[in-house]
Amino acid sequence: MNLVTVSGPPSSGKTSVILKVIQALKERDISVGVVKFDCLYTDDDILYQRAGVPVKKGLSGSLCPDHFFVSNIEEVVEWGIREDLDLLITESAGLCNRCSPYIKDIKSVCVIDNLSGINTPKKIGPMLKSADIVVITKGDIVSQAEREVFSSRVNSVNPRAITMHVNGLTGQGAFELSTLLYDESANIEGVQGKELRFPMPSALCSYCLGETRIGEAYQMGNVRKIKLGDENE
Amino acid sequence: MSNILDTMTIRELQEKYPFIINYFEENRLDVEGFEDKTFQEYLNHFTEEEKEEWALDTRKLLEDLSSYIVQMVEFLGLEEEKKVESLTIIAGTDKDGNKEGFEELTIYKSEIVSIVGPTGSGKSRLLADIEWAAQKDTPTGRTILINGEVPDKEWRFSSNNKLVAQLSQNMNFVMDLTVKEFLELHAESRMVEDVDRVVEEIIEAANNLAGERFSLDTPITSLSGGQSRALMIADTAILSSSPIVLIDEIENAGIDRKKALKLLVSSDKIVLMATHDPILALMADKRIVIKNGGIEKVIETSKEEKRVLAELKRMDNIIQNMRHDLRKGLTINYGYLVTDNHKGHRNIVILK
Repeated sequence: MNLVTVSGPPSSGKTSVILKVIQALKERDISVGVVKFDCLYTDDDILYQRAGVPVKKGLSGSLCPDHFFVSNIEEVVEWGIREDLDLLITESAGLCNRCSPYIKDIKSVCVIDNLSGINTPKKIGPMLKSADIVVITKGDIVSQAEREVFSSRVNSVNPRAITMHVNGLTGQGAFELSTLLYDESANIEGVQGKELRFPMPSALCSYCLGETRIGEAYQMGNVRKIKLGDENE
Repeated sequence: MSNILDTMTIRELQEKYPFIINYFEENRLDVEGFEDKTFQEYLNHFTEEEKEEWALDTRKLLEDLSSYIVQMVEFLGLEEEKKVESLTIIAGTDKDGNKEGFEELTIYKSEIVSIVGPTGSGKSRLLADIEWAAQKDTPTGRTILINGEVPDKEWRFSSNNKLVAQLSQNMNFVMDLTVKEFLELHAESRMVEDVDRVVEEIIEAANNLAGERFSLDTPITSLSGGQSRALMIADTAILSSSPIVLIDEIENAGIDRKKALKLLVSSDKIVLMATHDPILALMADKRIVIKNGGIEKVIETSKEEKRVLAELKRMDNIIQNMRHDLRKGLTINYGYLVTDNHKGHRNIVILK
């Protein structure tokens, strides 16, 4: 089975792109399943079901969604193998711009959209910078100039990625993307022992542990303060 | 490439490759004070804590910079060598696997071809085939040639050099900038040397297309539909690197469509235009008829059609004049329907 990790900011068009890509893969008799990771709520699993795609969803709830992803990916891959899939796609939203679920030697796709603003490439960390393929969506509603500026900025933070424009509504570009996702020689038996491409931040502060009160007296562990400039005066 | 990164200082790199400032900027690398060090030495100054803090992957930053320099050098040297003179579409099949109704269609630069057919008939697929420079490896099995040859794969993956620029009806400006700032931004991303001159040229061309003039200080989001379209077209004609322009319909309001097409064509672009507007469709040299996912036929615009087009343009002028005068607060009378034809005879347009 092949594994591909797709991630990107909320509402960037991940599900639409994946659905169009699956359509193209089905034409080639490649069986695809999806595991959708989200935080509090998603009904994207219904969209996949409707399209006849085997799907599971995982809601991280009170846990950091990316940490939740890594803690579950092994079992998720086992599920995909039991389902006899040719290709398993995991879909997760990048919520803090600092983490990324990408795994070494596993194909990674980042989906971002033209509407998110031209400074977005600068703001997103490893999720964009260490992706193998960057898919840019919503190109049909912004000007050609903005598309060019946006993709040149993506290129300057991740020059080695393949950058593609895909229209999640009409599917323009989805077939082309699908040809880059499945590769028979990239089959895996599992992900045990594989490594993340980039470490996730080490955060453990009072609020991680359920503290709700505000004030220095209640803060323990990893606490950091904004420099407001007063300390030099 | 990695050799020069090992030996050249950041100052030397910046002198040789001025564009790397974009790389530093977008990756938020502040190299000030490190100009006399190599890039590797600069990266070495980050502590483990800082790397974790700012999610810096120093090994990747080093490798990426060398890829970036290679790509940009290639991109800058590209303009002259890689001129696209012609685009050839070789037939594939429609949705049911039937062979398309043509063998081969070659479109040369400065030519206009229109695309007609009902919604969902396969226009997107045709555009995607061209964009991807299909080699019998898409659902239609079409082949795309550039200058009569199988094109470089680079067209598919390069983010700075896409084969196709697209202009569609739904497109909007989303940035919060003035026209000037916007054009400068685009010009800079295209590594244009004389930014001011190009900006002037574009606004001039855009105003020449738009019904109502606008200035460089106008915020792009407050341009009217016609002005936005005019700016997009002028900008694409003059500043876009893509040799092929796909237009999805140009609305009839607030923009001179004949001039718009002329501008694109005069910039050596190959223009493909999906439209059901008779004026635009007949203005093209040829039109592609799409049906059931395939090209049913390619029609050459006939002499008779060109004569019809002349009449249509005359009718269009009447409407444009009325639009113009209504805007000024004038009243309309039958006199508007009387026009001079090309032989100087008075013609009355009879509306049946």
